[in-house]
Amino acid sequence: MRLRDIKKDWMINKAVYFMALPMLIYFIIFNWLPIGGMMLAFEEYSSRGGTLGSQYIGFQNFVDFFATSYLARIFRNTIVISLMSMAINFPAPIILALLLNEMENQLYKKVIQTVSYMPYFISTVVICGIIKDFVANDGPITYALYNMGVISTRQDLLTSGLAFRFFRPIFVISNAWQSTGYGSIIFLAMLSSVDQELYEAAKIDGAGRWKQTLHVTIPGILPIIMLMLIMQVSSLLNVAMEKILLLYAATNYEVSDVIMTFVYRSGLQQGRQGYATAVQIFNSLISMALLLISNSVSRKVSDFSLF
Amino acid sequence: MPTSQLNLTNNIDVSKLSQGRGNSIRDTPARKVFKVFNYIFLLALGLVCLVPLWHIAMLSFSNPTLIQRNTGLVLWPLGLAPFSGGQVNQQTGVPLTATLAGYQVVLSNAALIRGYANTIFYVGAGCFLSILFGAVGAYCVSRKNTLFMMPLLAVIMVSMFFNGGLVPTYMVYKGLGMVNTRWSLILNGMLNIMNIIILMTAFRGLPDGLEESAQLDGAGHMTMLFKIALPLCKASIAVIALFYAIGKWNDYLQAAIYVNGKRALYPLQLIIRDILTQPTSPTGMEVDIASSIGPANEGRALVEYTTIMFSTVPLLCFYPFIQKYFVKGIMIGSIKG
Repeated sequence: MRLRDIKKDWMINKAVYFMALPMLIYFIIFNWLPIGGMMLAFEEYSSRGGTLGSQYIGFQNFVDFFATSYLARIFRNTIVISLMSMAINFPAPIILALLLNEMENQLYKKVIQTVSYMPYFISTVVICGIIKDFVANDGPITYALYNMGVISTRQDLLTSGLAFRFFRPIFVISNAWQSTGYGSIIFLAMLSSVDQELYEAAKIDGAGRWKQTLHVTIPGILPIIMLMLIMQVSSLLNVAMEKILLLYAATNYEVSDVIMTFVYRSGLQQGRQGYATAVQIFNSLISMALLLISNSVSRKVSDFSLF
Repeated sequence: MPTSQLNLTNNIDVSKLSQGRGNSIRDTPARKVFKVFNYIFLLALGLVCLVPLWHIAMLSFSNPTLIQRNTGLVLWPLGLAPFSGGQVNQQTGVPLTATLAGYQVVLSNAALIRGYANTIFYVGAGCFLSILFGAVGAYCVSRKNTLFMMPLLAVIMVSMFFNGGLVPTYMVYKGLGMVNTRWSLILNGMLNIMNIIILMTAFRGLPDGLEESAQLDGAGHMTMLFKIALPLCKASIAVIALFYAIGKWNDYLQAAIYVNGKRALYPLQLIIRDILTQPTSPTGMEVDIASSIGPANEGRALVEYTTIMFSTVPLLCFYPFIQKYFVKGIMIGSIKG
């Protein structure tokens, strides 16, 4: 690339570069500046000094974090909640898609689909309001559990001592309730693009519906299944905090406090900006490692990888 | 070649799904059992999705005293005559009937109405600016004969994989003096690299001849973008705008982070959060309840249900019409990976 080429390019495309300016500025300010701002993790933040002028303290924030008992607690909670979510929320949409796919009555199928997507579009705040109502001491779920003998006293499942047993199941099951239908959309679309001739061929070979599903349908959607699995494994530590912030209480942090809620509380409510950033950086590093590991495992096992 | 297997655009007509899978052959007994099971299971699933919402809807019309006594699922308004009429308050002898009082309180609550107005503003202004700047940016990176647009795209692509995280991002907004202003909520997530790439792909898919003939007619970049490219990519724009609007409408966390200190700027979701989570919220709710329902401790639950309905029903009314775009949106999003 010579200087003359650059000059020529500038002459022709000057207007385009000016038009791109707002976008560039936006990403520099709201994406690159915060990345630079991660140096907060190595500082004792003071509002007078700001991000640039605060006292540099090396790895002290990380050392502090490793020395507390919070480390074990928030990692345990995050990983347990994530694994529980994965155990339910990963297979559920696939199973729903397969069942919908077998439904021959198109109208029935359409109605079920429409109804099952709906909860996904209700706001987190309202969902949590509904959850709280259902598991309050006079709520239908509490009542049902009491009648079945699962719990011996009718108490609020989220705020009483029962939260130690029920917080995580409530969180995970309500997630499944909200997102299974929506999650099945992508699998249904993949199912519809499986080559129909493969089914004909399987039928000629004497495969029944179940064998067809096993040997044609599932291999057909395997790439998207693997993609989803890689995504889920790599976000193992990123349990969304929106819902947890609304559902948990200080009395049950032992089972409910996750990394992101911890970062939120320490960084924005307790004014420990440096410390919170350090926790988040640590979290990001592990997430990245998980992504790389799951990607290479997937490449070995199923020949599918993101990169 | 993994990417080619992910090509979802070929055939996504879900309704054509089960054709060609042999309805002609008579079903085996096992297949018949499965079919019955499938009908019942999917019906149960549909009910599980609907019933909680129905329960809340029915409670929002119920009698506050009966709500206090109730413990199970509610399938019709408590105190509505044909279903469960006839109960009276033992002290006063007043019959306990279904009521619209909850809606009166909600509709006359200034904080809620202001929240609604704020949300509409954030969604409207945010959507407009997001599409405007997103389209301009995408148009620029879609230009093929430029030297520096690809490096520039790489610079902004970083945001797909790395971001500073919660606190450093907050500190940037704070440094700009935008915390507790409307700007923080409008700028937050205004440009999104995913959307820019989706629009860029759409613009690149337009025929080259179109641009040449427009240039011959003396069209500048702005004319080309707003008069030619945008109208031809309406579908992509609609999907992006829709997802942005739904996300913004439902979001409470960004508002809780960025405008936490200023109640006048609270969007609807934050007001609802306060009503649902804080026993005595500074929204004037208690006064309203006491004046139109009776004892605040009784009216409280009723008002919570009506608040939920008040905030959710308008969105659900649009839901059947916009549902088809969700499928399209998911497809567009997932082609990108």
